[in-house]
Amino acid sequence: MAEPTENLRDIWVYLSATPLLHLTLTLIAYQIGDFAYQKFNRNPLLNPVMIAVALLVTMLWATNTDYTDFFEGAQFVHFLLGPATVCLAVPLYRQFQKVRDNLLAIAVSLISGSLFAAVSAVLIARVLGASQDLVVAIAPKSVTAPIAMGITEQFGGLPSLTAVLVILTGIIGAALGPVVMNLFRIRDWAARGFAMGTASHGIGTARALQVDETAGAFAGIAMGLNAIATAILLPLIWVWLVG
Amino acid sequence: MLKWITIIFCCQLAGETLVRLGALPVPGPVAGMVLLFCGLAAIKSVPKELGTVSSGLLSHLSLLFVPAGTGIIVHLPLLRDDAIPVSIALVLSTLATVVVTGWMMQLLMRRGEPPTEAGDNG
Repeated sequence: MAEPTENLRDIWVYLSATPLLHLTLTLIAYQIGDFAYQKFNRNPLLNPVMIAVALLVTMLWATNTDYTDFFEGAQFVHFLLGPATVCLAVPLYRQFQKVRDNLLAIAVSLISGSLFAAVSAVLIARVLGASQDLVVAIAPKSVTAPIAMGITEQFGGLPSLTAVLVILTGIIGAALGPVVMNLFRIRDWAARGFAMGTASHGIGTARALQVDETAGAFAGIAMGLNAIATAILLPLIWVWLVG
Repeated sequence: MLKWITIIFCCQLAGETLVRLGALPVPGPVAGMVLLFCGLAAIKSVPKELGTVSSGLLSHLSLLFVPAGTGIIVHLPLLRDDAIPVSIALVLSTLATVVVTGWMMQLLMRRGEPPTEAGDNG
């Protein structure tokens, strides 16, 4: 008869080869993150994405699992990002009157936010002596991942590094954005949502949707528009910005 | 319910196709969102079941970023080398962008309309 520990290892080896294990672990990690978040009154500092990612990275590191093996299972969750983005049409439609009444404010805030996000990130990273790879990859950090990766590729950077910086930006904005907006007395829901969507794309939008429908709708539209604005504006200032 | 799930997927598929055909600078799902929006504008209401499906997906939008976020593990060595410039650049730039955009938006939004007040946690 085999040792019990050996049995356990066999079971682990078997389960690791199916998508079920990592899919389930992804859901459990998120449940833990969401539990902590809800428990403390949706305190933005306890961002559930941040908690879940920290747990999963620790788990992958402790079990020496490749990210690609993990993604075999987690991809089923990842896939739903597309349909969820399509669904943002619903809150947007419900709030459309308000969007139409504020087109000028939207256009001006969008262009300022889009340029400010890229220019400030590149300048700070350069001044502090970050490597060229990082300077290139950080420029489109506020843009939703698929477009940000395309922009970086266009400038000869590392798209996968951009993906990581984009997610970190989303977590930082979702966790600390509401705190600084309180500090600067930005109290209007539409303005708060628009700022979250512009600065921290989908993760900021997820946070905005949880607190208010107007904020969620403006965050969704900001995320979509900022992807377009940055894809058009960033190439125009690239030579001046990065050289 | 299944009908609306199918329609959502059709919008995404049509969006992906349009983006590739026209070489547009938007992700396929964003084009799909525009298509669904046009559909809603055409029928002038949100069908009840579509509302259920979309709020179901959107209430856990955060979960959907977890698999991509875990990809940070692949780049940990590169990030560690530049940990200080990267963290300062990300935090300062992101928070300043939130303030600049939110402040600008609040300043320019139509006056006369009473602002919807946000609580401290929003």
